[in-house]
Amino acid sequence: MLVGHQPKDFLLAVSGLTVSFDGFKAVNDLSFYVEENEIRVIIGPNGAGKTTVLDLICGKTRATSGSIQFRGQELTKLRENEIVQAGVGRKFQTPSVFEDLTVFENLEISFPRGRTVFGSLTFQRDDTVKQRVEEVAEMIFLKDRLNTYADQLSHGQKQWLEIGMLLIQDPDLLMLDEPVAGMSVSERAKTAELLNRIIKDRSVLVIEHDMKFVEDIAHKVTVLHQGQILSEGTMEHVKNDPKVIEVYLGH
Amino acid sequence: MINSRFFNRSELLGFLALAVLLFLILPLSLDIFRLNLVAKYLTYAFVGIGLVLCWGYGGILSLGQGVFFGLGGYCMAMYLKLEASSVANTKIQSTPGIPDFMDWNQLTSLPFFWKPFHSFPVTLLAILVVPAFFALIIGAAMFKRRVGGVYFAIITQAIAAILTILIVGQQGYTGGINGITDLRTLHGWDIRTDHAKFILYFVEVVLLFGCIVAAQFIRLTKLGRILVAMREQEDRVRFSGYSVANFKIFAFCAAAVFAAIGGAMFTLEVGFMSPSFVGIVPSIEMVIYTAVGGRMSIFGAVWGALLVNFAKTSLSESFPQLWLFGLGALFIAVVLAFPNGLSGIWADHIQPRIDRLLASRKSKSAAGLIADGAPAE
Repeated sequence: MLVGHQPKDFLLAVSGLTVSFDGFKAVNDLSFYVEENEIRVIIGPNGAGKTTVLDLICGKTRATSGSIQFRGQELTKLRENEIVQAGVGRKFQTPSVFEDLTVFENLEISFPRGRTVFGSLTFQRDDTVKQRVEEVAEMIFLKDRLNTYADQLSHGQKQWLEIGMLLIQDPDLLMLDEPVAGMSVSERAKTAELLNRIIKDRSVLVIEHDMKFVEDIAHKVTVLHQGQILSEGTMEHVKNDPKVIEVYLGH
Repeated sequence: MINSRFFNRSELLGFLALAVLLFLILPLSLDIFRLNLVAKYLTYAFVGIGLVLCWGYGGILSLGQGVFFGLGGYCMAMYLKLEASSVANTKIQSTPGIPDFMDWNQLTSLPFFWKPFHSFPVTLLAILVVPAFFALIIGAAMFKRRVGGVYFAIITQAIAAILTILIVGQQGYTGGINGITDLRTLHGWDIRTDHAKFILYFVEVVLLFGCIVAAQFIRLTKLGRILVAMREQEDRVRFSGYSVANFKIFAFCAAAVFAAIGGAMFTLEVGFMSPSFVGIVPSIEMVIYTAVGGRMSIFGAVWGALLVNFAKTSLSESFPQLWLFGLGALFIAVVLAFPNGLSGIWADHIQPRIDRLLASRKSKSAAGLIADGAPAE
């Protein structure tokens, strides 16, 4: 279909996205586009609808109207696991790892193979899996903790483990919800280093409050306010936008 | 590296201890009446193994396992009843060749769903397939709609109640409240003799070990780890690319099949099947056996079924009114004090002591040989 075809091939095209909870529009007619290999940061005051946008993209929340196109595939009609299989990975705000499993097992579950019931019954822990798990474990600074149960990790280590679990999925679009929240200064620096390494060859959508961190990594910033886009552009542009200064940075 | 053996050391010990108990000690020390009672207790161990997978690992509490126990048991009972209702045996009925209770209820021909149970192979298949299919439908209806936790438990309980009412109400087709009684032969072999009971006991124990191995196999695959993962972080599993509903359906179906095998063996051991093993109370009792034994341990479930039923028999022989209160109190005590049941007590309190004892003995004997003392393990 040529009518309405995007002139440029966006990885993610969100258009007219609206979700209302009992009449309250948490996200209201939102449109934005993410290019291949772009790092986009979403900022905005509390209740602006940032997390809801990620929930909508990954299928956790169903859109009331609008469309989310990922590589030309309509995501609003897919189930969560199908969206993951299409290549979208999501990290939650609070670290959600499997505490009763070891670091190795956590990463292994995220390895993109044997995702059906019978596939997982016949799944073999072969050298490819082991190598990949060890490779990722090294990246997330947990190489010597492979046999540790995840409930014994620190908060920061759990965050890294979850990032590792996303990494092993090898998604084309990585969505991170406040990846450095609650981390110590040294953990924060390590995480920034980790993120800078893993964002190569993929697009990333990040929600973050830490402005220094945003400035470091963002290609483009989208400012949300009351479910709508207030401003969009480079960090420099956004910082100098009077509307943004009024509702967000000025406080 | 993570343990890659099928059983670790303590599981292997548990396996051997159970094998020695069930294959040697009990058959050699008990008379046939008591051995048959043990066989009856063990039929609940099958249900327990299923509950360990489904509830302990997958976090899906089903309060309706009696449904599947009953379906397995009724499938077997229908076959045995048809065999016992040959034309020669039932020539005094107004319609010879159909089960006696059908004749009493003015049925003049065998209902269509009874006909396949003339065949022994079909019956064996039905014992596995009918409950699995039933669980598949319930599971798909519930889990695809994200019904879980307490709501799921209540619905399974309602299904147990409905099935009981259905069986009791449709007397002509099911034998009603009395169930299907007066069962005599299995494929021409009289199951009522002491010798048959002895053989059946061993058949059941072999099947039980088959189920233990099957459950252990499932537990050790990636599917087993996904069940654990799902129990604590359902969303993370979903966002790792898995269809959580399908895994829950699988666990529920597997538990149903294990329960059905137990039910079929129950019919053979006890010689009848009735709705009193299908409803709410037996279903909850099955959960209690598993909780007492330890819902995270396959062997614990077997011990739980054996010990609680043993206590039930001995206590209800002497204090018939008190038993139900005792069972309730036991359940509350276990849940409050020992959430992992007997196997948890073993793993947390007894096993470490044995290990320490062994280690100190080993280091003493090793000290005599090597000056450095014992190795770390």
